[in-house]
Amino acid sequence: MSDVKYTPLYSLHQKCGARIEPFAGWAMPIQYTGIIEEHNSVRTSCGVFDVSHMGEIRVKGKKASVFLQQMLTNDIVKGYIGRVIYSPMCNPEGGVIDDMTVYCLGNEEYMLVVNASRTEIDFRWLSERAGDGVNVEDISLRLAEIALQGPASASVLQKIWPKCMELRYYHFERYRAGEKEVIVSRTGYTGEDGYEIYCDWEDAPELWETLMDAGADEGITPCGLGCRDTLRLEAGMPLYGHELDESHTPIEAGLERFVCTDKGDFVGAASLKEQLASGTRVRLCGFQMIEPGIARAGYRVLDGGKVIGVVTSGSHSPTLGKAIGMAYVESELAVPGKRIDIDLRGRVRTAEIVKLPFYKRHKK
Amino acid sequence: MECPKGFYYTKTHEWVKVDGNCATVGITSHAAEQLGDIVFVELPEVGREVKHGEAFVVVESVKAVSDCYAPVSGRVIEVNQELVNHPELVNQDAFGAGWMVKIEMSDARELGELMDEVQYKKVLEEEGLSK
Repeated sequence: MSDVKYTPLYSLHQKCGARIEPFAGWAMPIQYTGIIEEHNSVRTSCGVFDVSHMGEIRVKGKKASVFLQQMLTNDIVKGYIGRVIYSPMCNPEGGVIDDMTVYCLGNEEYMLVVNASRTEIDFRWLSERAGDGVNVEDISLRLAEIALQGPASASVLQKIWPKCMELRYYHFERYRAGEKEVIVSRTGYTGEDGYEIYCDWEDAPELWETLMDAGADEGITPCGLGCRDTLRLEAGMPLYGHELDESHTPIEAGLERFVCTDKGDFVGAASLKEQLASGTRVRLCGFQMIEPGIARAGYRVLDGGKVIGVVTSGSHSPTLGKAIGMAYVESELAVPGKRIDIDLRGRVRTAEIVKLPFYKRHKK
Repeated sequence: MECPKGFYYTKTHEWVKVDGNCATVGITSHAAEQLGDIVFVELPEVGREVKHGEAFVVVESVKAVSDCYAPVSGRVIEVNQELVNHPELVNQDAFGAGWMVKIEMSDARELGELMDEVQYKKVLEEEGLSK
């Protein structure tokens, strides 16, 4: 493992008294005041997150789109400049190497926003497979990322960039910030309306302060990775290393709609088509605890004493006020309403399989 | 970090307040702060006999699960029912309303193995966590 990395906002987090912990090789703020308080701010108003640890990989060249079409499971060509597309990237067996958002920056120019824990692996995977006419570049340490999430996000951000109101979900635009340019996209990882903003590394502190000032009336709250996790869990969004890994496919993870089987060949296509045709052994599902306790990642899921699966994520849901989680369970048993048992460190407790997501915002 | 006088402490961050033969047990505000927002406390049954060092309370925060260990041996004579619906009391008032269990001690000499507030503060300092 190399040395710990610091985002350009690290000293600012320290000054605010954030609790800093290592995450995927980065020193990241886990919480400022408390996970529940920060979580609720995002659900009711808005919160701001430093997610500069996320990796950014630029792919350009005259064969960039052909290349990405082969590497990713979703259809990149349906994109156009200004569009963001979510896609898994698989190995030949269909196992997930990473999941990412793909920004169509220009003609044959893309930015892939990838998980911090997978950036080096992704970069190597792509570089080794890119032929002539494709240039792959890791620009992670040049671009900072700040997420503004929550129902008040648009009214806060329009004070800085009025045009952001018109930005559609999973679209981005470039806006001016002083002398510089930033990329603003209407995307997020919380289940709320919101934006993700990419700026030059050294410009991040100023952008953070500008956002905090703009959101003062709305009670904008600095948020750590702790509530990012509870928010995405409620929204039923997978996290790499928990729901996604190289031994599970996007089909097993319930991400079929991001696997485009009619676009021509791509890495993993044969395995994934086979699973779509004949089903999978396991299936990702949501559950809620009926008996007290919280099921955490790695706990065993039981049915009549027999192991039928494993928990991938679990926590207390601040919005629902109960313990929830996700688990890989044998497909024929992964049915909403099904009672299961979970082994909470030797204490066997009843839970119930429920439909994902746990939380869905009301769209205006 | 708050460490009131007149309490006994353990290296695993429980506190004990003694009244006659009854030991009231909780976790320190340092432990509560480290855990973050506490959302569930699983208390032992009244009447259970516990041994010194035995895991007897489970504390779940949003991020983590943690065991609490009985600082003294004896019989559980009362548990803090308020924590069932208000586990956040442990974060808000660790040494008061956030108490967890009352134990009727079977051997008060075990208290001699526990620390006072000065020794406990030293433990926190050694961990580099005391402010």
